[in-house]
Amino acid sequence: MISLCLSARATVPTFCRDPPLNAQFHSQTGLDLMAAPFLTLDGVAKSYPGVVALHGISLSVSSGEVIGLVGENGAGKSTLMKILGGVIEPSAGTIRIDGNDLKRLDVAGSIEAGIAFVHQELNLFDNLDVTANILIGREPLRGGPLRLVDRKRAHAMVEPLLDLIGADFKPETMVSNMSIAQRQLLEIAKALSQKARLVIMDEPTSSLTLSETERLMKVIAGLRDDGVAVIFISHRLNELTECADRVLVLRDGRLVGEIPKQEISHASMIRLMIGRELKSLYTEPAAPFGKTVFEIEDVETTAYPGKPVSLEVRRGEILGLAGLVGSGRTEIARAVCRIDPMLGGSVKLDGQPLQLDTPRDAIEQGIFLVPEDRKQFGLLLDLSIAENIVLPSLGRYARFGLVQSDEITAAAEEQKDGLGIKATSVETDVGTLSGGNQQKVVLGKWLSLHPKVLICDEPTRGIDVGAKQEIYLMLRRLADSGVAIIMISSDMEEVIGVSDRIAVMHEGAVSGLLDRHEFSEHNVLLLAVGETLH
Amino acid sequence: MSKKDLGLLILILVVGTVVATINPLFISPINLGNTANLVGLFGIFAIGQAFVIITGGIELSVGSVIALIGVLFVDLIVNFEMAWPLALILMLLLGIVIGFAHGLLITRLKLQPFIVTLCGLLIYRGAARFYTQDATAGFGFGVSFPTLEWMTTGRLYGVPHTFIAMIVIAAVMWVVLHRSVFGRHLFAVGKNEEAARYSGIATGRVIVSAYVICGILTAISAIFFAMYTRSISPSSHGNFYELYAIAAAVLGGCSLRGGEGSIIGVVLGAVLLQVLQNLVNLLGIPSSLNFAVTGSVILIGVLADTQFSSYRARKLAAKGVALQGK
Repeated sequence: MISLCLSARATVPTFCRDPPLNAQFHSQTGLDLMAAPFLTLDGVAKSYPGVVALHGISLSVSSGEVIGLVGENGAGKSTLMKILGGVIEPSAGTIRIDGNDLKRLDVAGSIEAGIAFVHQELNLFDNLDVTANILIGREPLRGGPLRLVDRKRAHAMVEPLLDLIGADFKPETMVSNMSIAQRQLLEIAKALSQKARLVIMDEPTSSLTLSETERLMKVIAGLRDDGVAVIFISHRLNELTECADRVLVLRDGRLVGEIPKQEISHASMIRLMIGRELKSLYTEPAAPFGKTVFEIEDVETTAYPGKPVSLEVRRGEILGLAGLVGSGRTEIARAVCRIDPMLGGSVKLDGQPLQLDTPRDAIEQGIFLVPEDRKQFGLLLDLSIAENIVLPSLGRYARFGLVQSDEITAAAEEQKDGLGIKATSVETDVGTLSGGNQQKVVLGKWLSLHPKVLICDEPTRGIDVGAKQEIYLMLRRLADSGVAIIMISSDMEEVIGVSDRIAVMHEGAVSGLLDRHEFSEHNVLLLAVGETLH
Repeated sequence: MSKKDLGLLILILVVGTVVATINPLFISPINLGNTANLVGLFGIFAIGQAFVIITGGIELSVGSVIALIGVLFVDLIVNFEMAWPLALILMLLLGIVIGFAHGLLITRLKLQPFIVTLCGLLIYRGAARFYTQDATAGFGFGVSFPTLEWMTTGRLYGVPHTFIAMIVIAAVMWVVLHRSVFGRHLFAVGKNEEAARYSGIATGRVIVSAYVICGILTAISAIFFAMYTRSISPSSHGNFYELYAIAAAVLGGCSLRGGEGSIIGVVLGAVLLQVLQNLVNLLGIPSSLNFAVTGSVILIGVLADTQFSSYRARKLAAKGVALQGK
């Protein structure tokens, strides 16, 4: 794998072979001589069985260029990043680095080529100090059989990097004592220490304060001056206008456009981000909406303290909750169902305020959550369908505390038939079912308890089209029968196609409410990035 | 009976047959009675340990609790002349309080079970030694309490009461673990505490209950032990017993990661451990090798089990692939 990169390197024309070590620390005077951009993708595609994640992406990145990358959830940003990181292999297309075609790029090859990532979830060891984190796996040794770390040399290696990014922490600072922003800077320092020539940042500012963001912008500008290329995934307009040389827009796995620096605006981005045909998934409610049955009033979550959220659901209504990933939708759902603490506010059912202290309380009131990650939170994978379905209500199938298995089987059979769960029997382990059938088991678990409020967090994630349609129809049936439904969804087609009303969240607050006649991808996206509707 | 339990039973029978062939004394009524007595004594608290292990926790203070409750019980009935049924109830209550305290520290204050019960191990041992001023409580008290003596050390048709007690407790606990709502919740919490919480199970209460059950069963066996040994040296009485309990539970199919285990398995685990002890004596193996033999057999047993499970997982995976291909 490494030899592949080396042999590829060997054919590089003399003038750009072997860039000086730490090339990015000096202005690259030879830059203009390089005719070929650092990285070129030509028709790179990725398809999974039944799904095309990327359709022939072609783009190029030159040294010293900062590129903004935008696209709604599921547009293919992370697939593209994974291909560049060598984590997944493209199904078609070529990747060219320094003008050399690579047959394939694996993780080692990607690092070797100088591509480094600053992930949203930071990959740091918070039990170690800054130096150890930067040099992990390649610590300078003192020599001798004991393999002792040469601390002096290690610090000397790290210090110039910290100076370069203008860090306000020291080589011996413990990561556990550092702020999120400092950790982000540390990730960048780590990337640079690996002689990165392209740094890819995935929403690096999402958890930063304004001044921290400003500092990061300065660091990015510094990187550009030093000839490092940066791909910057963000939806924050002012950041993109401040630091990006151009913005690339992805939609449905296609590169749909490029916006030059002077034309960067929310309007220009959103114009490109939307525009696909949305299939109509909508089924009319059986009756006009009734009065408000479920109210969330000024609920604050630990993720976004000081940002109260209020929502209302009317009888017979499916309320869609849209927003970019990390906008606080899941947190609201978890707080309302008392999985997480609720910092303030109240929850009302039929106008009556509820006293909810534990998840059990919420369940007893008929407020159920279909969690985002069904494998981790929704199901016990090595238990059977029947055991999963009755888990929250075991007491109902017990006499004198003893479980009556025939009654459980009967109850589970009823849900299995009602929901069309495809399995040989209700004794089948849930772990062996397909995603769609697993999700039906999660739903069955709550339906057997006659929900009043059902909050579905990404109810169709990782589910095939047929099962999706069944779940939409079921949500409509439930709404018709009087269950208040909140559907959190990052799938634009789903949220527009299934909801009766959409609340859009942006950075922990509800940025707007859309009625059916106002539904459009454009409007949802505008609100999701924090703009107001004109 | 699960396949795992069946395997363990076969292992016991094989080991037993081999030992009996080499030394027929093994199946003599006296030897079987003595072994059954020990199985009963160790089995009772091993069942308690299994409940804790199924939650994904561990209870390390078992041996020290046996020592502390032992000296307190003897002191209460001999020196304070308390009626023994009252003393018995007080000791069971103490077991409950200890289990409850451990459970609360673990669930409410989020301490790790290992730490909490390790501290318990040190504290209760220290308390027992301080209380008796490290003197061996060699009380010739048995004869003064004929009923208690009969109940705890008597035999029914040659079967020791300790063994019968364990069987009764095992039967009750089998129902609790394998047939009750609480048992299901226990397995769910041990397997995936978060998913259990999302399903509205009061996970904290379930975990505390497991420690309380362990506390009660440990207290019961502490009384049996006190009456059996008749002399309690507080610095060594019950030493390492927690490890026997853990070994029995693990041999019996409990996973230290939680969520797995069966009562039959734990009982069989306790049987195997005592058979191994017995084997060391009967086959003339130097008794200094006692621990080494036990340790090796547990290691081999657990190794065989994991190898077998991963083989089965591979076979299942292969079947899954074949099904998908269709």
